[in-house]
Amino acid sequence: MEPLLTIQTPETVLFWFLAPLSVLASLGMLLVKKAVHSALLLAWVMVTLAIFYIAQGALFLGIVQVVVYTGAVMMLFLFILMLVGVDSSDSLTETITGLRPIAITAAVGFGGLMVSLLGRATLGREPVGLDAANGPGNVQGLAALLFSKYVWPFEVISALLITAAVGAMVLAHHQRTTPRPTQREQSVNRFRSDSLAGAAGLPGPGVFARHNAVDVPALLPDGTPAPSSISATLKARGDVIDSAQFQLDNVDTSVEEEK
Amino acid sequence: MSLDNYLYLSAILFTIGAVGVVVRRNAIVVFMCIELMLNAANLSLVTFSRINGTLDGQVVAFFTMVVAACEVVVGLAIIVTIYRSRRSASIDDASLLKR
Repeated sequence: MEPLLTIQTPETVLFWFLAPLSVLASLGMLLVKKAVHSALLLAWVMVTLAIFYIAQGALFLGIVQVVVYTGAVMMLFLFILMLVGVDSSDSLTETITGLRPIAITAAVGFGGLMVSLLGRATLGREPVGLDAANGPGNVQGLAALLFSKYVWPFEVISALLITAAVGAMVLAHHQRTTPRPTQREQSVNRFRSDSLAGAAGLPGPGVFARHNAVDVPALLPDGTPAPSSISATLKARGDVIDSAQFQLDNVDTSVEEEK
Repeated sequence: MSLDNYLYLSAILFTIGAVGVVVRRNAIVVFMCIELMLNAANLSLVTFSRINGTLDGQVVAFFTMVVAACEVVVGLAIIVTIYRSRRSASIDDASLLKR
């Protein structure tokens, strides 16, 4: 009897080219240190899966995979990574003793079980292939199923989507416990604080006209640098230049013409 | 090539994702590993759809994608909320109930 489905050579080549790459990328996801690299490797795995979907006759799902997963979901992941900070808890050290050997043993056992199960199981018939089902078109076939047989799950899942959106809004909402201080209150507080030094605003950075970069502290009248003239972020990063080198005393006086 | 190869690939990817959920400590990477497991399950659904010659498997895979999107939205919102109060995205730090 003629088999219903024969797999063409291009698909075989495609599979043996992309499947090892996707397995390597997903292994790399576990092994790389930075979460951003994990995200990029996962995006690659998702693209290879999209190619597999299209190769298997699931045209619509392949396109949706690219648009939804590599487009929206991975973008969301990268957005949250940037929001939370790239270097958060990226270390690969083992915090629970013995967790890693147990996890790997269990994984090898589970994977071996699945693979041997698949190797032994038979359907008792030949694979059919999607040529008949995709006859009027893959999208048309899916739509016909979605709006007839699966219309109730479709409605339920739309309710799930709306609930998830509302849940994310509730979780992300941040309620102020105290009212925001008005400009007038801030001004009154500046003048009633311990010293009047900051009442007129903090000094700007830069040393006279010699150097006005934001990372150079301003000089006070007695010649000492003013630390409050530098942004706290620059101070925390240690990106502050010593302003003494720009003092007027250090002008090279040997050239008479310039004076 | 037999169609079983797609199922083997799906099983391997699922296992790797499961290891990642257990081993990694960054909550965002753990979420990415869960996504990998969902994707691996989708691959087997699509393959079974082809084996059976019906589109039902693809419809279920489509539903799985929607569920995965919901899960990402809520999960990442939880991670951001935890990060806002504890300044950490490590899953080991979120163990208040244990103490």
